[in-house]
Amino acid sequence: MASLIRCPHCGARPKEEFTIRGAAVTRPQPDAGEDAWYAYVYLRDNPMGPFDEYWHHTSGCRRWLVVSRDTRTHETYGVRDAAAVAGESRS
Amino acid sequence: MRYSALSVFLNGLRGNSNWAAAWRQPEPKPHYDVVIVGGGGHGLATAYYLAKQHGIRNVAVLEKSWLGAGNIGRNTTIIRSNYLLPGNNPFYELSMKLWEGLEQDFNYNAMVSQRGVLNLYHTDAQRDAYTRRGNAMRLHGVDAELLDREAVRERLPFFDYDNARFPIKGGLLQPRGGSVRHDAVAWGYARGADERGVDIIQHCEVTGIRRENGRVVGVETTKGFIGTNKLALATAGHSSQTARMVDMTLPLESHVLQAFVSEGLKPFIDSVVTYGAGHFYVSQSNKGGLVFGGDIDGYNSYAQRGNLATVEHVAEAGVAMIPSLSRVRVLRSWGGVMDMSMDGSPIIDRTHIDNLYLNAGWCYGGFKATPASGFCFAHLIATGEPHATARAFRLDRFRRGYVIDEKGQGPQPNLH
Repeated sequence: MASLIRCPHCGARPKEEFTIRGAAVTRPQPDAGEDAWYAYVYLRDNPMGPFDEYWHHTSGCRRWLVVSRDTRTHETYGVRDAAAVAGESRS
Repeated sequence: MRYSALSVFLNGLRGNSNWAAAWRQPEPKPHYDVVIVGGGGHGLATAYYLAKQHGIRNVAVLEKSWLGAGNIGRNTTIIRSNYLLPGNNPFYELSMKLWEGLEQDFNYNAMVSQRGVLNLYHTDAQRDAYTRRGNAMRLHGVDAELLDREAVRERLPFFDYDNARFPIKGGLLQPRGGSVRHDAVAWGYARGADERGVDIIQHCEVTGIRRENGRVVGVETTKGFIGTNKLALATAGHSSQTARMVDMTLPLESHVLQAFVSEGLKPFIDSVVTYGAGHFYVSQSNKGGLVFGGDIDGYNSYAQRGNLATVEHVAEAGVAMIPSLSRVRVLRSWGGVMDMSMDGSPIIDRTHIDNLYLNAGWCYGGFKATPASGFCFAHLIATGEPHATARAFRLDRFRRGYVIDEKGQGPQPNLH
């Protein structure tokens, strides 16, 4: 994995400053129903290749980020603020 | 050919030039009764027990790489059955019992060595948890012994008992735990299955699963179409990919777990020891190298290699437990792809397709489970009913709320 992660707020920072949460799955609406909630909590696409995941910049700005990474090579190729990503998907 | 001390001796006299190949290299037949995808430990064990216990010999094991290229050759070779929960404990104890008779059963020297597994505790809370776990084990007929600090010190005097952060207060010992030569497990099962007529087809990657009228009729592979009555998936870290071929999404994430081996040392540690608080475990191989590791790296990966932050963390934890490790040189490190399930426990079950069976979700604990996994999976495939010890490993347990979460971490695989 790259040693430096380009945080959109802090710039290039060592990856040890970050905590990886896991797959960037979108939380369903409270009334979305059992199937949607089951899928959100338990089912994962688990792709071999490009993958979006939630990272927390624990030792930096403490913002939640969406890092795009290739699970075959560990190459990271995109870092966005999670709130901005959520905004995109809403609009 | 049956292996025996006499056959080793006689072949030695002949310059070891007369050994027959341990298994054939067959070309795939057009159709089988059962096709098993994945020629790792679990797939090979499944084929072995299908042939041996159930007389189903028209079986193929398809392996995309060479036999044992995956986690069966990448683990730290530890066997144990020190589980807490009723869904897990009888299954892993069945596995331990199968380990105990395995070498005689498949006539292969797997170097099963019951040297004991010791889990250290560092706090009162941890002692309580291990007392509870030990009691649960004993209630299930598994051996467990709670050692206090002095009993541990007697066995392992060179540990740091007064570490400021994690002083060693004692440990939970399973004397029947130990280690096994992992490659020999794959080879022994392969040889035993092959002897009974199973075709082990290496370098044959499954690229698709063909269905007709809601049933699986065969698999597309790099060696052409292979028809089958029943299809069994045992593809460990790549289970999500094989399941997607039939539009299934599994409750799994694939994570990387690293392991390490040091230069060869004189006899140093005679059991498996885990340093729970520091995420470190170690044993010594028969060649003298210290085999050790820690937790998974904590992110999805198919790369079969990890990152240096984990290497550093494992080394620090090791030195915290055994200060004299600081001058030991590490020879190799490697990574394996773990099929981490959402509750840390495996899946051996039917699927929504009648003749498709799934074996997955072994997390970082697949090696010790190899015999029972094969035994129970073969039982399920042959009889259509789950084996008594594997009834809890259902695929629908997540939806129905019957998760088997040993650690109590919730559906967060990177914390299991």
